[in-house]
Amino acid sequence: MAMHRIRVKVNGAAHESEVESRLLLVHYLREMLRLTGTHIGCDTTHCGACTVLLDGRPVKSCTVLAVQADGRDVMTVEGLEKDGKLDPIQEGFFQEHGLQCGYCTPGMMMTSHALLQRNPNPSEGEIRQAISGNLCRCTGYVNIVKSVQHAAAAARSRS
Amino acid sequence: MIPASFDYHQPKTLSEAIGLLSRLGEGAKVLSGGQSLLPLLKLRLGSAGHLVDIGRVPGLEDIREEGGFLKIGGRARESDLEHSDVVRKKYPILADTAAVIADPLVRNMATVGGNLAHGDPANDHPATMLALGATVVATGSKGERTIPIDQFFTGLFETALAHDEILTEIRIPVPPPKSGGAYVKLERKVGDFATAGAAAQLTLGAGGEVVRAGIGLTNAGMTPVRAAAAEKFLQGKKLDEATVRQAARLAADAADPSPDRRGSVEYKREMARVLTARALKRAASRAQGA
Ligand SMILES: Cc1cc2nc3c(=O)[nH]c(=O)nc-3n(C[C@H](O)[C@H](O)[C@H](O)COP(=O)(O)OP(=O)(O)OC[C@H]3O[C@@H](n4cnc5c(N)ncnc54)[C@H](O)[C@@H]3O)c2cc1C
Ligand code: FES
Ligand code: FES
Repeated sequence: MAMHRIRVKVNGAAHESEVESRLLLVHYLREMLRLTGTHIGCDTTHCGACTVLLDGRPVKSCTVLAVQADGRDVMTVEGLEKDGKLDPIQEGFFQEHGLQCGYCTPGMMMTSHALLQRNPNPSEGEIRQAISGNLCRCTGYVNIVKSVQHAAAAARSRS
Repeated sequence: MIPASFDYHQPKTLSEAIGLLSRLGEGAKVLSGGQSLLPLLKLRLGSAGHLVDIGRVPGLEDIREEGGFLKIGGRARESDLEHSDVVRKKYPILADTAAVIADPLVRNMATVGGNLAHGDPANDHPATMLALGATVVATGSKGERTIPIDQFFTGLFETALAHDEILTEIRIPVPPPKSGGAYVKLERKVGDFATAGAAAQLTLGAGGEVVRAGIGLTNAGMTPVRAAAAEKFLQGKKLDEATVRQAARLAADAADPSPDRRGSVEYKREMARVLTARALKRAASRAQGA
């Protein structure tokens, strides 16, 4: 079995692990680091439930090898909350009822969080375009868009 | 789903990567963004003894104009292309294409080079690169060579790249004034491959006549298709309604699609016609600066 030593920063904390070449990033996060907030939906690069930020960009962690993340920065849904305070995007999903079953939610929030970092004031079209790789079977997306808008407004009024 | 075992290599330089590929032989594959390769390995539709990850090789990510060419580094990502200022301003056909490939998350990993190197006629960039008359730069143990895009796609999932060659750059001639291009794709949903897609790049003369036309089709055969008869027909003509209609018909004649869940042969050929007409009109209006 081909093993590799990787160093990955996850939610700000440095990790050093021995992993198999074929280990997927999502399995590394969920099973080795026990960060189970990142979900596995389709496992075929379609649904976005597994979305995490890799060096700040949202990617589908079911289609990234853990070894590809070696030396890089990963952020998962567990990294959103800071010092007991919800991130504006979490607050937005909470206030605007942006979830029903919650399966897509971690991925949706990671993608939206990255969008707001890049574009603090997105239009509805830009939000819909940004989350077009994240599927939700419950909400019909309307409240998800509202949640992102809520977060954008909150972040604006804070700064 | 978990891929079968393979060994993984993380070269830090181009020559180290090429050295690994030559030493490891046919069982080794280049890993770039992994957005085509990893799904194949996970579904076990493909296998590899070794993956040579070029993700750490420096100097392959740039997108810039230089020496009469737009140069796209072999590992430039689709999302970089989509957001590049020079691309949005001067190569709208490329921005059109990047924006309809897969979804925004896949585009953060997927590379333009990988999109060509995969040799999949369902991928969108091949048609665009045919329309633009691109050249592919390949670097291997025998050094660097350039491959005209018309000689690059040799079969289904097959390209002119030798197994120890890395696609290091894509070169696109800087378009002369009064040029414009567009890519139009019909897809069932975001993230789906094209039911049909058409790329058109035009250069117009002083009187509005076509000086150069490049037309490429997506998912219209075993390899990406150049609509050569349509290109030839357009030479020297003004793009009135009848001319566009006839060129689109000729392009559709060049399409040899396979039936699948996206549609029948007849439907796909008809869509190739409609999309070619739309791409030509959009390209023409961009060439006129409208
Ligand atoms: C859900 C989903 C939807 C998609 N939809 C579309 C779509 O609509 N349109 C579309 O065009 N594509 C689509 N794709 C494919 C995606 O865009 C391509 O996978 C991607 O562009 C390939 O680039 P990569 O860097 O990920 O290549 P990889 O997956 O890393 O490699 C693909 C192949 O090319 C070879 N290769 C890669 N880079 C090089 C190089 N520099 N030199 C030599 N060989 C190389 C590899 O060895 C491998 O054989 C989709 C993918 C997914 C997962
Ligand atoms: S689980 Fe990764 S995209 Fe669905
Ligand atoms: S809330 Fe159920 S899938 Fe989105």
